[in-house]
Amino acid sequence: MAQLSRDEVEHIAALARLHLTEEEKNVFGTQLSSILDYVAKLQTVDTSAVKPLDHVLDVKNVTRNDEVKPYGATSRTLIIENFPGQTGDLLSVPAVFEQTTENF
Amino acid sequence: MSDLNKLNIGEAQKKLVAQEISSRELTEACLTQARSVNSDLNIYLELWETEALKEADKIDAARARGDELGALAGIPIALKDNLLFEGHEVTAASKILKGYRAAYSATVVQRLRAAGAIFVGRTNMDEFAMGSSTENSAYGPTKNPWDPTRTPGGSSGGSAAAVAANTCLAALGSDTGGSIRQPAALCGVVGTKPTYGRVSRYGLMAMASSLDQIGPFTKTVKDAAQILQVIENDDPRDSTSVVLEETTVPDLIPKDIRGLKIGVPKEYFISGIEPDVEKLVRDAIKKLENLGAEIREISLPHSDYGLAAYYVIMPAEVSSNLARFDGIRYGARAKEVKSLYELYTKSRGEGFGNESRRRIMLGTYGLSAGYYDAYYNQAQKVRTLIANDFREAFKDVDCLVTPTSPTVAFKLGERFADPLTMYLADIFTVSANLAGVPGISVPCGTVEKEGKPLPVGLQFMARHFGESTMFRVAHVYEQANNSNNNKSV
Repeated sequence: MAQLSRDEVEHIAALARLHLTEEEKNVFGTQLSSILDYVAKLQTVDTSAVKPLDHVLDVKNVTRNDEVKPYGATSRTLIIENFPGQTGDLLSVPAVFEQTTENF
Repeated sequence: MSDLNKLNIGEAQKKLVAQEISSRELTEACLTQARSVNSDLNIYLELWETEALKEADKIDAARARGDELGALAGIPIALKDNLLFEGHEVTAASKILKGYRAAYSATVVQRLRAAGAIFVGRTNMDEFAMGSSTENSAYGPTKNPWDPTRTPGGSSGGSAAAVAANTCLAALGSDTGGSIRQPAALCGVVGTKPTYGRVSRYGLMAMASSLDQIGPFTKTVKDAAQILQVIENDDPRDSTSVVLEETTVPDLIPKDIRGLKIGVPKEYFISGIEPDVEKLVRDAIKKLENLGAEIREISLPHSDYGLAAYYVIMPAEVSSNLARFDGIRYGARAKEVKSLYELYTKSRGEGFGNESRRRIMLGTYGLSAGYYDAYYNQAQKVRTLIANDFREAFKDVDCLVTPTSPTVAFKLGERFADPLTMYLADIFTVSANLAGVPGISVPCGTVEKEGKPLPVGLQFMARHFGESTMFRVAHVYEQANNSNNNKSV
């Protein structure tokens, strides 16, 4: 039975940049463990003779010339209007190098 | 006059072209119905009434002038809330995108607009397309028009219900593991998932990029073919979209299936199907035989692993695709945070619902160091085996027939507490996405529960780009069964 430990749940949440409450850590841990249990049946399949399926269709790399094409003016305005923080036309964000509490 | 919303696209077009009805009348009938059911059923997150009527008037004026009009001119269509329509709010039914306005229009939206379609509103869905019941929406669940104590299925539950309740003549949805076909089955409408690569995904909020496809909900199979004809074909903005050798032509759907070889995969008829559902599907297969098709039992030996492979691969791709929601460029940004790290974790932790966070974590785990080979890589190898099963089957038969869903619409809240039980709703639909083959669900009857009839869906699948075969058999079955009986609420 794949039972995720509390440490593992916290590690995954940190990798995924997701805040979880203490309650959620418990509940999610149990739910994820039962799902992992279900998908464990994949281990019983003999895949020694197969490669991973990288694409369902028989298509190759699609390329185009590296040309600059102008983007719509309306789109640009909408992109800027969607900024959660704005200074003129610029996206404003918290300063990155101040006060980090990262500890891993 | 007020029953115009019950027409299908084919019927509406005849009347519009003959100028018996106007697009305004048709659109008004749909909007009136939408307004009258929405507080009970919660189908639409937003109705674009003023704009829709304005567009309808433009089409009517153009028609009166004798201008050349597009293939879907004046037809009211709804959009799932994960399809971008420039300038309009679009949220994937999540809090994290509340108030976000699309900076561009999806290719499918542009193509429908160019064909003259009228967009009536955006429909409810499971948040970020994660779910099989539309209960994971941050804006409340949608109720099934056939029985409002039950779910419409998901994740495109709003779009399915929108058509079933006659609030529009068609709706677009997206299908990653069954999210068009399953709600279509539960709501008694036609739901189509094209071959992977047939329809551009540009402007569809990505869930799992190797599995997602956009497709229509319609009242008839011919309507579905008509919509596909407008939205399909390669798009330079989606490098996974393909130049089609032949496009869909609704009028050329051959009218009989004599001699068509239809495979019945035996693995799709073992435990878990409700007996009444199985009986209707078996009856439908008999009907196909009576119509001249040759029915053969076949095997898709790795079917039992489809759901497991899906629930490793899909969350992995989800964890990657949803990394963009970090509170920086768009979407909700957490306040009162002490660091960049906290800005990320709080924005995402607060903005995403439970199912979204569960699947992101599942995917992160399956891709993480030490687990990648056992989970993601192994699942992708099993996927090769599943895709091979279909390839082998299509050497002997022209298409496959199966149930779409193991059950009829289940009650709201019934499966919500246990994710794994909810995942089992997709057991017959996921393999088509894993293999990239097209699939369609058509109504094949109803089962009565607590005095209410509940729809059952019949699924057809064909080889890659075999939509013409798939539409042919679905259309012939539908006509013989007279099964386009959609609910009028």
